[in-house]
Amino acid sequence: MIHVSVQQAVFDVSAEMERLRKGDAGIGAVASFVGLVRDSNQVGEQRSDVAGMTLEHYPGMTEKALTRIAEQASDRWQLQAVSIVHRVGRLRPGEPIVLVMTASPHRHDAFDACQYVMDILKTEAPFWKKETLPDGAERWVESRKSDSDAAGRWEDDGF
Amino acid sequence: MIELLYFARLREALGSGGETLETTPATVSDLLDELKGRGEPWSEVLAGKVLVAVNQEMALPDTQLADGDEVGLFPPVTGG
Repeated sequence: MIHVSVQQAVFDVSAEMERLRKGDAGIGAVASFVGLVRDSNQVGEQRSDVAGMTLEHYPGMTEKALTRIAEQASDRWQLQAVSIVHRVGRLRPGEPIVLVMTASPHRHDAFDACQYVMDILKTEAPFWKKETLPDGAERWVESRKSDSDAAGRWEDDGF
Repeated sequence: MIELLYFARLREALGSGGETLETTPATVSDLLDELKGRGEPWSEVLAGKVLVAVNQEMALPDTQLADGDEVGLFPPVTGG
């Protein structure tokens, strides 16, 4: 079962977990990742406070990209279910942005698939973050090399 | 004819969320050349790293375009 949602509303981790495991008693492990808005950002040597974040996306393509990432994870690991929920719009520090949950008979597949989904999402899903600074100024968040490196490591691990 | 969509930094820099292009360039690379040929701000905005999706799938410079395609142009993604 693959569940993908792009939404403004906050998500309920317990409810998503319930959706994921419902009706499949063969699930032995659920791994989850929740990404939150930080109250600061480090760009090179420069650390700035962040007052808020606005997330833009490409409606239609985003849902397709997330579904494909979940399918790729399901091809690669033994998974019964994958859930990806990503928020868009205006968010404040401390608010959750993204939820990834993977369900498997065993923990290793659930853990690895959860990391894989996040790593690929960071470089392939069409979302863009714009930070609001404490003085009200806004700036687009730059993509990070560490994120493309993290996604790249899944390409050459002998799979 | 192709339907162009601009996102994030590109949308702001170009002052537009998209447009209908009456021509249909042969490839993604030809499309970018045509847009850059308009001069500022296109030449400057498209000189940076720009990703292109054709019908909502990531495309390469040599990806072929066809009449009626939806083409999205955007900067590297920063979700998650």
